Amino acid sequence: MSIHEEINLIHDELALFDDVMDKYEYIIELGGELLPLDEQYKTSVYKVQGCQSQIWLHPYEKEGKLYFEADGDALIAKGLVDILIRIYSGHTAEEILETDTSQLKSLHLSEIISSGRQNGIASMLKKIYDFAKKVKNAR
Amino acid sequence: MHKDDFPFFQYQDIIYLDNAATTQKPQHVLEVMNEYYTRYCANTHRGSHDLGNKATQEYEDARRCVAEFIGADTNELVFTKGTTESINLLASSYVKDNFDTVILSELEHHSNILPWQLKDLHLEVISLDNNLNIDLNVYESLVQKHPKSFIAITHISNSFGILNPVKELIKIAHKYACTVMIDGAQALAHVNIDVKELDVDFYAVSAHKAYGPTGIGALYGKYELLQKMNPYQGGGSMIDDVSFEYSTFLNPPFRFEAGTQAIAEAIGFKAALLYLKNIQGLQKHDEAMLTYAKQRLQRLEGVELYTQADNVCGNISFNIKGLHHDDIGILLSKQNIMVRTGHHCTLPIMKKLGLEGTVRLSFALYNTQEDIDKTIQGLQKAVGMLR
Repeated sequence: MSIHEEINLIHDELALFDDVMDKYEYIIELGGELLPLDEQYKTSVYKVQGCQSQIWLHPYEKEGKLYFEADGDALIAKGLVDILIRIYSGHTAEEILETDTSQLKSLHLSEIISSGRQNGIASMLKKIYDFAKKVKNAR
Repeated sequence: MHKDDFPFFQYQDIIYLDNAATTQKPQHVLEVMNEYYTRYCANTHRGSHDLGNKATQEYEDARRCVAEFIGADTNELVFTKGTTESINLLASSYVKDNFDTVILSELEHHSNILPWQLKDLHLEVISLDNNLNIDLNVYESLVQKHPKSFIAITHISNSFGILNPVKELIKIAHKYACTVMIDGAQALAHVNIDVKELDVDFYAVSAHKAYGPTGIGALYGKYELLQKMNPYQGGGSMIDDVSFEYSTFLNPPFRFEAGTQAIAEAIGFKAALLYLKNIQGLQKHDEAMLTYAKQRLQRLEGVELYTQADNVCGNISFNIKGLHHDDIGILLSKQNIMVRTGHHCTLPIMKKLGLEGTVRLSFALYNTQEDIDKTIQGLQKAVGMLR
């Protein structure tokens, strides 16, 4: 599935909720299901800057594709992180870099699209793209 | 019903409890700013045309009004961008050259820590008691150890609402020849301020936390101290004479206001204070909001409050055991209840208490018991979803 298709799929999932609180209940559920991150990655190196809550992101490359795993201490942030991982994990650096982040606006998740300096989700997005750039430039 | 004075509440059905960050603005403040831009928009203190004179007159009348509101003389009031700039001005123009040590409390906002740190001043910190209060004996012995220091303390804590006994603090400070600045960012909208009665040397405020516009605030300074201070920035309208060899500057407060000032904002600042002055029973309302919020919060399971002190004003901070403040803030926001979560720019006290942050409710004159009831309902809903 392409990144674009994954965004559309998540959009459709979230669109099922008429009530915004139900939508966030679902995001909290996703946060609870996020796979645990190995303790060795919960260090300042992997910490996402500017977070209201703590998030650690471990990016890695395997057989030409980029993968992301993460953890956090707040449930909604973890749920949003889970959504971003679903969208971006398992794709090549080029695929990621070709994806305009404005596509994420269709998800109507204000925590992802606002670009405030305190917004950890936006910083996490930047980390994903920075890693993709790094991998591409290293080739 | 004061909410009717604020157009913000006509446009959206929002419970706004983040007033310690910034308040909403009454219609009249917006009108006078609009009037400046549409009827007499011109620069101040320059030239001699009628519009410029009118703008200058209104700007200077705003200075008189703000000064009067805090009990100062007009020429003792410097307009700044806000409390942060007031403190930075003081650090640059006075404290760095005249003091080695700045004494402050553990409760201080970053804007009353970093300006001193950036000037390489040595910091001495007053330890607080378990209720986050300053113990006057602890304070006095620290001041005694560092006489002739500069002391910078908040009037009301933006994170925990503690109302400091500033008059006593100033009195003790002067006993040891110290000079005192009080950070009044949170106090302007909540308590009566009389700088002469306090005998404070400097006092810093922001308009936007007291129903005025953003981008304007003030620094009060005793005139004899302002006279000793160097200009903060160089530019238009602050000079006596300029040549390539040597320049001289105007007297305070103009010496500290280089370049075109926030004219509309100064005029709006005045309107906000006149509005505030006419509100009856403000302190009673403040107390009622805080007492009611505290009562309702205490009944929630797992609520942690950080002070049992009575001298709390304007805001209350809490956490709910096992839950993250950020989750609570987001879920309240989705229910149209705006509160602040996080460290509130007071990392040192958060670290001391072992906290990542708190949820903070901060009140204004337009908040009601119903706002608090709805917030508690919203909290219960959020807690149910997170547990």
